[in-house]
Amino acid sequence: MLRDLPWLPAAGPTFRDDLRRLQAELAGGMGPDFPQRLMALATAALDETQLSRLAGLAGAVADGETALAGLDRVRLGVIGDATLTLLGPAIAGSALRHGAAVRIIEGEYSAALQEATDPDSAIRTANLDMALIVTDRRLLGLDRAASDPQEAAAKVAGAFQKIFRMVEGLRPSVRSAILVQTLVAPTEPLFGSFDRVEAGSSFAMVEAFNRQLAEWAGSGAVVLVDIARLAGSVGLESWDDPRQWHGSKLGFAPDLLPVYGDVVARTIGAVLGRTRKCLVLDLDNTLWGGVIGDDGLAGIALGQGSGSGEAFVAVQRLALELRARGIVLAVCSKNEEDAARLPFREHPDMLLREDHIAVFQANWTDKAANLRAIAAALNIGIDALVFLDDNPAERAQVRRELPAVAVPEVSDDPAFYPRLLAAAGYFEAVGFSQEDRARAAYYQGNAQRAASLEASGDMDSYLASLEMTCTIARVDPVSRPRVAQLINKSNQFNLTTHRYSEAEVAALEANADRHAVQVRLVDSFGDNGIISVIIADRQAQVWEIDTWLMSCRVLGRRVEEAVLAHLAAAARADGALSLVGRYVPSPKNKMVAEHYDKLGFERVEQAADGARTYRLDLSSYPTPDLPMHIDDRALAVLETER
Amino acid sequence: MSLSRDEILASITDIMRDVFDDDDLEISLETTAEEVEDWDSLSHIRLIVAVERKFGFKFKNSEIEGLKNVGELVNLVETKVG
Repeated sequence: MLRDLPWLPAAGPTFRDDLRRLQAELAGGMGPDFPQRLMALATAALDETQLSRLAGLAGAVADGETALAGLDRVRLGVIGDATLTLLGPAIAGSALRHGAAVRIIEGEYSAALQEATDPDSAIRTANLDMALIVTDRRLLGLDRAASDPQEAAAKVAGAFQKIFRMVEGLRPSVRSAILVQTLVAPTEPLFGSFDRVEAGSSFAMVEAFNRQLAEWAGSGAVVLVDIARLAGSVGLESWDDPRQWHGSKLGFAPDLLPVYGDVVARTIGAVLGRTRKCLVLDLDNTLWGGVIGDDGLAGIALGQGSGSGEAFVAVQRLALELRARGIVLAVCSKNEEDAARLPFREHPDMLLREDHIAVFQANWTDKAANLRAIAAALNIGIDALVFLDDNPAERAQVRRELPAVAVPEVSDDPAFYPRLLAAAGYFEAVGFSQEDRARAAYYQGNAQRAASLEASGDMDSYLASLEMTCTIARVDPVSRPRVAQLINKSNQFNLTTHRYSEAEVAALEANADRHAVQVRLVDSFGDNGIISVIIADRQAQVWEIDTWLMSCRVLGRRVEEAVLAHLAAAARADGALSLVGRYVPSPKNKMVAEHYDKLGFERVEQAADGARTYRLDLSSYPTPDLPMHIDDRALAVLETER
Repeated sequence: MSLSRDEILASITDIMRDVFDDDDLEISLETTAEEVEDWDSLSHIRLIVAVERKFGFKFKNSEIEGLKNVGELVNLVETKVG
């Protein structure tokens, strides 16, 4: 049952002791791996009481002075007119599974709109990173039927206006996303099946409201949390518990708090860019029935119209669907490589083929080591992996060795693998762009490039063989969504980790004092899309680099040198004498700690918190010779403007 | 399932220790909400959910609204599982 979070392992008998230990450490000095142990403790099928205990720890971490590795600190306002008190702890406890330490700031009971629109209210002054609007049809007047279609439309518009005003009221006081829940339709029919036809029925009005909400979310203004879908998945009858509404104005059955909390938390994780990127698949009894090494091509169960064979085809179909939306696929199997590849090459019912798999690890080494190798080959973090394996022992080994890898529990019936994998929400998205569609191919190209590097050995001739074209242009409305996505998701190659919303990026573009450019890279393996963003402040003598980030996909391609050459040329054209850059350490950006040193900047200041300021004298900077064609449109524009 | 009153009280004591996060909590049939720190209307919801989950039935609001002490909760569970 989805309500029991079946993709998560059961909570261990030591939960309370482990929790106490973590609480003690938080008060008096954290032991090694504190964040990892905290996240591992949360990564179990916990009940609402256990989640509320964890929420206390999460809040304390969120309030702390220093960020912890792997956990973003989030101040989340929870606002709505129903009973909210039980929701926050379930969300904060679950969010530890999704890379966020959340401090909940709860709105006043029954004062949501006033609070949202009053700039001096407790919520508005709470320094929020995100906000969640909790709504209910019974609080928006959509639980009572309208007498005709005109009245129905007016009621839906009125309900939407109320939420719209709340969101727009809150917006100036919320740094990042505002999350809005869809409404759950009533379980009880009024007309019966005709409810869907009659616009005035509560059911039809709720559906109409949700459609408007989805359109709004499609514009990027809010992030949807589809509670209606969740309620449908667990069953409306279980969701909608009239006893709780009558007794305490709680909108749903409290035994569903854990699954509710996880769905909200995974959305927060997605906003933070913590969505997983790669699905790693075991082979025997995961992608087909039986053992290819023993049973041979003709002996494995796959397709052929048998129920069990079709179940494995369905697993493969889900993997392909995920790949089509940008999730990279990899294989990790204990097998002889030739045997493991045989079905991909020759079995007529295999949907997955070798060219769908970015990294293929079939050997007798332990799976944790292979998963590390997969992450390294794709140049992504271990915490971007999901590992699907039918074997409980392998799952346990990976969880123990690599707690950051998501390893879903699966039932012993492969027919349910797709449902469990999908229900776990590892690949939760808050948007979908052209870049996303193409991402699996990018990463795959990356793995091929890595292989080709091994083959060629010599770095320079390898880079030359890539026939790269680097295009540098100003950020404009077309590139804006991807630029904002990079600004909010890049963690590793990100010098200052300044985050800007899409609206703030638009403001940057319009500001003549700021120089915001985006960099694209095309090579012989394909178009990498926008892979770097730089924002510099144009001052009289000096250009100060506010933001410099790059996708790790193009590490080692000398793109950063091309960017520096652009900045130097643009700053010179603007009359500046030097460039100033800053490195601000975050838990994830150690990779670029020496970035400016490597580029020949001089260190001029080091703060106690590790932040460093660098300077580059433009008079002595030589323009490098780079193994790529550079199309610098931003420089051309700047020169015309002067 | 037939449980003695002592067994029911022991189960409820375990649940309360968990819900109110107090391993040393001592519960008797006479214990009331006022005597237990953190036993407010919201933790009460968690308590009822946990009791329902443990014994596998659902209460009516009218049944739980009138409860005066732990003894009455034990009585109620006894009639439901008996």
